[in-house]
Amino acid sequence: MPRFLEYLLIAGYIAVLLVVSHWIGQCAYNWMPVEATAEAQKVDSLFSFLTSIGSFIILGLVGMMVYSVLFFRAPKNDYSEGHPSRGDIKLEILWTATPTLLVLWIAFQGFNIYQQLNILGLGQIVHLHTPLELEAPAYASEEQPKPAAETIDVFVKQWDWSFRYPNNVTSKELHLPVNLRTRLNLHAKEVLHSFYVPEFRLQQYIVPGREIELVVTPTRIGQYKLKDALFSGTYFALMEANVHIESPQQYSQWLSQAQSESASMENQAVAEYMQPPRTMLKSNWYTVVPEQSAIARSATPKTNANERKVMNDT
Amino acid sequence: MIHNPSENLAQNREPETDSENNWRQYFSFSTDHKVIGVQYMVTTFIFFLIGGLLAMLIRAELITPASNVVDRPLYNGLFTLHGTIMIFLWIIPFNAGISNYLVPLMIGARDMAFPLLNAISFWMIPPSGLLLISSFFLPNGTAQSGWWSYPPISLQIPPGQPINGEFIWIVSIVLIGISSIMGAVNFVTTIFWMRAPGMTFFRMPVFVWSVLSAQLLQLINLPSLTAALILLLFDLSFGTQFFKPLENGDPIIYQHLFWFYSHPAVYIMALPAFGIFAEVLPAFSRNPLFGYRSLAVASLGIAFVSIFVWVHHMFTSATPSWMRMLFMVTSMLVSVPTGVKAFGWTATIWRSKLHLETPMLFAMGGAAMFLLGGVTGVMLAAVPFDIHVHNTYFIVGHFHYIVFNTITMAIFAAIYFWFPKITGRMYAEGWGKLHFWLTFIGANLTFFPMLPLGLQGMVRRISSYDPRYQGWNIVASLGGFLLGVSILPFIANMVGSCLYGQKASDNPWFATGLEWTTTSPPPRDNFAEIPVVKRPPYDYGDPKYSVIEPPDYHQQEH
Ligand code: HEM
Ligand SMILES: [Cu+2]
Repeated sequence: MPRFLEYLLIAGYIAVLLVVSHWIGQCAYNWMPVEATAEAQKVDSLFSFLTSIGSFIILGLVGMMVYSVLFFRAPKNDYSEGHPSRGDIKLEILWTATPTLLVLWIAFQGFNIYQQLNILGLGQIVHLHTPLELEAPAYASEEQPKPAAETIDVFVKQWDWSFRYPNNVTSKELHLPVNLRTRLNLHAKEVLHSFYVPEFRLQQYIVPGREIELVVTPTRIGQYKLKDALFSGTYFALMEANVHIESPQQYSQWLSQAQSESASMENQAVAEYMQPPRTMLKSNWYTVVPEQSAIARSATPKTNANERKVMNDT
Repeated sequence: MIHNPSENLAQNREPETDSENNWRQYFSFSTDHKVIGVQYMVTTFIFFLIGGLLAMLIRAELITPASNVVDRPLYNGLFTLHGTIMIFLWIIPFNAGISNYLVPLMIGARDMAFPLLNAISFWMIPPSGLLLISSFFLPNGTAQSGWWSYPPISLQIPPGQPINGEFIWIVSIVLIGISSIMGAVNFVTTIFWMRAPGMTFFRMPVFVWSVLSAQLLQLINLPSLTAALILLLFDLSFGTQFFKPLENGDPIIYQHLFWFYSHPAVYIMALPAFGIFAEVLPAFSRNPLFGYRSLAVASLGIAFVSIFVWVHHMFTSATPSWMRMLFMVTSMLVSVPTGVKAFGWTATIWRSKLHLETPMLFAMGGAAMFLLGGVTGVMLAAVPFDIHVHNTYFIVGHFHYIVFNTITMAIFAAIYFWFPKITGRMYAEGWGKLHFWLTFIGANLTFFPMLPLGLQGMVRRISSYDPRYQGWNIVASLGGFLLGVSILPFIANMVGSCLYGQKASDNPWFATGLEWTTTSPPPRDNFAEIPVVKRPPYDYGDPKYSVIEPPDYHQQEH
């Protein structure tokens, strides 16, 4: 095939690739659950952008490989040279420089979107109440709690979530008013857990002994699931709680009607510990026994003294 | 730049015996790097089979949403040991094995620099592995806290049982680590000091470059894991509080120490795989490796950058914003030297004369699937996206595209490619191709579904899940069982061909590289006389240098 034709073919292929990878990038929006926060939209557009670039690279190179397999086959037993070219400095510089610029650009996009997630400014996020403080830059101690309309305490332990609302009501369900900034104070009792609502595109480890704050602004009324994303022992899979996003009226109505739920209410881990499901293989290996009392209040006073502060919001 | 003190350094070698083809040597404390290499490879393959069985049990549990195959503690033990075995007893030591076999041959040395140390490194592996697996028979079973062993979960052990799964886990991983360090010292010394006359750095095959880079990482980063594990052992057994959050300890420090090794570990595993691609692709496309120097230097570049990216595993671990941003940038930069490699492979294949024998199929299949692994990796480096999919199946899908679909495929490519050299016999091509297609299809069926599952929010390490995730999970499980089946033709082929395969010539692929200039299998001292290297590597395109034997030689029957 003459060189010229080959170049034409490659140019055409690139054009097709651009269209196809853009299209795949658009499809990417459908691969994730609905967006329930403003930030979720930003994360999704970042993902769509990354998917387009990624598809372009993958399809481009795989296309070259497939083309080679189809058209560059050696006749059987022909072990002579393919062609003697050992390299091409210009090409190599090009394919080092392009990805460098590309990833710097991607990193910049990531940075931008991260900023828009409204997570506290650089450097402010961790506040250590330890001797380290002396060395910490001044602005770290000036940091103010972010304003939020509501503050809800989230308690997590093996294996159960519970929530305490401003009027001291406790519940196993997380209720959030739509379009209002709500601060979640996260407390873990014994081991690490991670707060994760896929529809919020948000995840945050909860470390016992640290006070970790998360500010969320949900934008879509509906019911979602809160999960623990960080492995937390035997009944890890049961660590789910319902999340209700409601209009402010519904929310305050719920708050005023809600009764503190009794501690042991429908703790699945306890139920399963009492009556394990039937499985084909039984090991009966050791497990931490889930406690009856659901609310890990004891975690709060004990650890306040040297609690470290971490705040995030999206 | 010519060093050849091999005669001085390799003093501990036993005298040459005539037992070259004696199978008993493989069960002996041999100091021959080739025997040790085979010992490593066969031993770790057995561990791979065990790890694979555990994976199939995991997939059996996950084929339905409910928890109905294994109880939850057992499930946790299964994925803990599956991950641990696959990483610490399959890929890392297998790489040590193949590197052991090949590096001295490729650089024209008679043996490794410290043959005795080499044998000891190997002989630490089987007992450590058996120790780890024996923990299945403890009354309270194996470790259950995942291959990360994050405290405080990993410190929750049965009271009054000092010998427990977690304890055994730590001890065996520390032992395996010591073995790796001894190996690393040996490899680095060998590559620096034992090269044949004329084997300058820029005449070394890229495989040797990548082994050098990987072993340097072992030296630099492994001590951090060892330290973390020893502190963890103190917390576990002797009441210290390094990582106990409620007693002034800090579990996050453990994560830093752990990932400071375990991220580079990904490249300790992947670099030799990249090296294998760099050997196999040129041989079967009859081209010089395109951009040899950049590919060689890219190995070091990958190793260097990957030291500075560990925090990307901790983006959601209460990590401050400035760290998130900094490590986002460094993580993305790894993709530059990695990209150089991928482009180089593709350019090597372009406008060439392809021979699609089994090693080439595995190499091309592995390189192609690496693209998906790599691209998802760049996505994960973008903090806002990682915050969404961290600890979901998206991660599991991503790293299996690396550890299985790339590295394990490369390992198979290597086994088929060097099989004639190692055994002196040819494998059966048809069985090899069957193995390739089953593996390629099985691997994609198994691991692709994990990506959409993760995007939809299915959390990793759960033993039961929401029914809406079942569809993709069924595909993944069936794919997993197909992968299990795919190993059967491989075993049949290897065993059968070792015993009854056609005799192989010294250089059945007409490849360049010193290992092909000696007999198959090579004699105890590797070369009748130490070669003097005068040619650039991969000189497939240069008629002046290429060794082309008459084609019918390849087909010769015995
Ligand atoms: C036969 C093919 C394989 C299948 C079906 C398979 C399947 C799985 C599954 C289902 C998990 C559990 C995820 C979780 O619950 O966290 C897992 C985890 C893992 N697998 Fe595999 N795997 C296979 C091969 C491999 C290979 C070859 C490696 C080599 C390194 C590997 C390394 C890992 C690791 C490191 C984990 C993580 C364990 C953890 O996070 O605790 N797997 N695999
Ligand atoms: Cu990493």
